[in-house]
Parts: sequence; C-alpha cells; structure tokens
Amino acid sequence: MITGKGLRLTFLFFGLFFLVSMLTASEPEQQEQHSTPAEHHNEDNEPFDPSSFMFGHISDGYDWHLFDIGHKSISIPLPVIVYSREKGLNVFMSSKFHHGHAAYKGFHIAHAGETVKKINKEGEASESDVEGKIVETLNSGELAVPIDISVTKNIAALFFSVLLILFMFLSVAKAYKRNPNKAPKGLQSWLEPVILFVRDEIAIPSIGKKNYHKFLPYLLTVFFFIWINNLLGLIPIPPGGANVTGNIAVTMVLAFFTFLITTIRGTKSYWQHIFNTPGVPLWLKLPIPLMPLVEVIGVFAKPIVLMVRLFANITAGHIIAMGFLSLIFIFAEINPYLGGGVSIVSIAFIIFMTFLELLVAFIQAYVFTFLSAIYFGMAVEEHH
Amino acid sequence: MDLLLPHTGTIFWMLIAFSIVFFILKKFAWKPILNAIKAREDSIEEALRSADRAKEDMQQLQADNEKIIAAAKQERDAIIKEARALKDTIIDDAKTKARSEADKEIEKAREAIKSEKTAAIKEVKEEVAKLSVIIAEKILKEKLAHGEEHKELIDKYLRDIKLN
Repeated sequence: MITGKGLRLTFLFFGLFFLVSMLTASEPEQQEQHSTPAEHHNEDNEPFDPSSFMFGHISDGYDWHLFDIGHKSISIPLPVIVYSREKGLNVFMSSKFHHGHAAYKGFHIAHAGETVKKINKEGEASESDVEGKIVETLNSGELAVPIDISVTKNIAALFFSVLLILFMFLSVAKAYKRNPNKAPKGLQSWLEPVILFVRDEIAIPSIGKKNYHKFLPYLLTVFFFIWINNLLGLIPIPPGGANVTGNIAVTMVLAFFTFLITTIRGTKSYWQHIFNTPGVPLWLKLPIPLMPLVEVIGVFAKPIVLMVRLFANITAGHIIAMGFLSLIFIFAEINPYLGGGVSIVSIAFIIFMTFLELLVAFIQAYVFTFLSAIYFGMAVEEHH
Repeated sequence: MDLLLPHTGTIFWMLIAFSIVFFILKKFAWKPILNAIKAREDSIEEALRSADRAKEDMQQLQADNEKIIAAAKQERDAIIKEARALKDTIIDDAKTKARSEADKEIEKAREAIKSEKTAAIKEVKEEVAKLSVIIAEKILKEKLAHGEEHKELIDKYLRDIKLN
C-alpha cells in the first residue's frame, strides 16, 4: 500500500529531521558567532558553518539570495511591507537593508542577541529573541516587532507557483472547452491522468460516489498546489528552490482549509459520532466525557498531523540535500583535494536524493490529499 | 526554533494566495475540466454501448441471412430435384413415343415392302409366263416339224397342265 509506504517515509524523514536539528542544536556557540550568512561572508578565513548554510537555505528570507561573487552577496530584492503603530504602513525594497547591515526608516533585521520586551497578560515582562526578524526602533529607543507582511522569499516563490498553477490549469480548461469530446493534447494529456487519479483513486474511494463531487475541486487544488510547489522546491535556481511546502505556515494554512471544510461539511451523524459516540459504554461519556474528549482532540490532531507531516517531509528532503552539499565544503576546508573527492560521492548522493525527492513530492501531495479525502469521507459518512 | 514557528506574514499571504487559487480554479478550471471529462466519458460509454448494439444487430442480421440462405438452398435443391424428375419423364416419354413411331414406320415399310414384293413377284410371274409362251411358241414351231414327237409332247404338256 502506498499509504503504508508514505507513512514509513514520513517516520523516516521525521527521524532524520530531528537528528539533523539535534546535531545543529548541539553547536549553539558556533551559531551565535555567525548568525547570518551575509555576515559570515564578510570575514576572511572563517570556517564553513553547515548549519547556517543549510538553515539559510530552508528558512525564509527578506531577499532571494542567488550567489556570491567574492564577498559580495547577489540577491533579488523583495518588497518589505511592515505596519507599525508609530510609523504606519511602510513599503520598501529589502535591498535598503543591504543584506541586513543597514537600518532603513528605523527598521532593521535583528541580529543575534537582540531581544524584544514582551508583556504578557499577567503584566510580566519577558525577553524574546527576534533574530532574523524585522524590528523597529521606537522613539523611546526600545525595539518592537511591527506587523510584518513582507513578500519574503517563500512568498515570492508562492506567488510564482500560484501564477504557474493558474496559467497551467486555465489553459488546460480552455483546451477542454475548445475540443470537447476529443482526445487530450499536450499539457492536457499530461494532466488528465493525474486529475483522473485524484478523482478515481482518492476522492471516490474515500468519500463515496454520492458526495465526492462536493470535495473534488478542493482535493484537486490542494494536490496540484502541493505537488507543483514540492517540485519547484527541487529546482535549485529561482524561481524554484524556495522551501514553500516545507514552511510550517504554508502547511498550516493548507491543513486549516481541510479542517474548515471538514467542520463545515460535517453532517449531524459526524458530530454525533464525536460527542456521543454510538456503541461506546455510557461510563466513558458520563460523568467524565472521556470519549468525547478523545474525539475532540482527534478533530484537531488530524489537521495538525497533516501540517507537520508535509512540513517535516519536505524540509527533511531539503536538509539532506544541503547536508550532502555541505560535506563537500567541510572536507574542502581540511584539504581542497579531499573536498574534490568527496564532491563526487556527494553529488551522486544528491542526484539519488533528488530522484527520491521527486517521488516524495508526489507521495506527500498524494498523502495530504488522500488523508483530507478520508476526513471529508468521515464528515459526510452516513451511519445506520 | 524559528523554523517551527509559523510566521504571521506567511500565513496572511498563503491564506490570500490559496483562497484565490482555489476560487479561480474551482470556477474556471475544475468545473469545465471535470464537466468535459465527464461528458467525454459519457460519450465514450454511449459509443461503446451503441457499438455493442450494432454488433448485436449485425449478429441478428447475419443469423437472418443464414436462415434465408438455408431456405434458398433448400428451395433450389427442391427445384433441381423437380426439374430432374421432369427431365426424366420427358425423356422417357420421348423415348416411348419415338419407339412407337419408329415401330409404326417400320411396320409401314414392311407392309410396303411386302406389297411391293407381291407386285414384283406378280410382274415377274407375268413376265415369265410371257417368256414361257414365247419360248414355247418357238419350241413348238421347231418341234411341230417332226410330227410324232409333237403329238407326244403335246400330250405330255397337257398332262402336266392337268396335274397342275
């Protein structure tokens, strides 16, 4: 079963992901010394730092880093959109920050060690680390975090994928309108089997023939959205290469949509199943609502699982590829010839991983869509 | 870790972007695409069904044809049989007719031959009689010159004639 394989892969990548994050967490001193990749390039003879190299790639950024020429970092500037209570709405390009070295209009990208005072509801003040975020120097001289809706690297990549998806499917839709009842051609014939796969292998078996058409547009959208973004993430050059589906905010929104649709479409028997599960002894429901509690936790656990699975799988894939790439530089620091030798092995592994990731890109899109479909199926299932 | 904390800006843009994609695709892509696929599947199914029906019709037609051909063959055989019988009777009739005709002709010829023969014999007899008379006259003329002998001869003839 593909689901079984998908789950096993999920666990595998989960494990690898935590392993890698633990390894990087065990070197906190190094991390603090070279907090941003841009800084790191300005110092000569500085040892290569794989964790900042890897996390610089997989995490978001205010500009889209392309490559370095000598010590100069070349990147695509992206719009920064921040709203602060003192200065109102500010929109400017991220190039104004000069890769995090300069402040503009009182905003700058926080360095390591910079903290913002937060006052919680009980009136206790706490310091929170804001490294890498845009912070604002208030008139009082204190730092504050403005509302930040900047178009970051991931969001720019997201916009590109949105345009690509819209272009692909609107042109395919046009092709269907132009040639009704004819064999598909070109892009149409490439996408049609996948559309049919989602319909016949995902939607119909898990939701049922009666209700599947209500959920099919969402399932198709989410499938292609995840798949295309996964694939774009494997392309190492912009507009690909960003870690869109490996961003927890993105997977959170996707999982939220699944949760929203499940909740809205849930039938009476679905809710009854949660709050008053039939076939369960009464003492599990009264006086302590043990069973309903478990069921309600389940309602929220399902989308959270969806969110974490996709995020972890895709991020893990990127980390592994970057890890193999880092090996070349780590060994090259010991001896350039050793680095050259390792590069052969590393590149071979990266190629292997990329093929594996091509598979994972599809499997994760499939798993997310399939589980969403199963949740929808549960929501509309009629119990007798 | 920063990686595990969802960023508000990303959530904001993702909500907008995904909602737009979902809305536009649902309205302008999935609806026409799924409808077109459904329509095509229906038309293919319809075509297959009508092909099946045509096949059945063909088989029916073929069975009918075979029946007709079998009937025609049977009829042909009957006609041939009848014709053969007719031919035989006609030939037989003709044969018997011809035989009787021939017999009649032969009979007629025989009769004719018989009468001709009788006539011929009669003629020959008359001729012989005439010649006999002539011969007799000549003989008589010669013999009568010898008296006695004549008398004897005449007697002898007379006797012979009487005997006849």
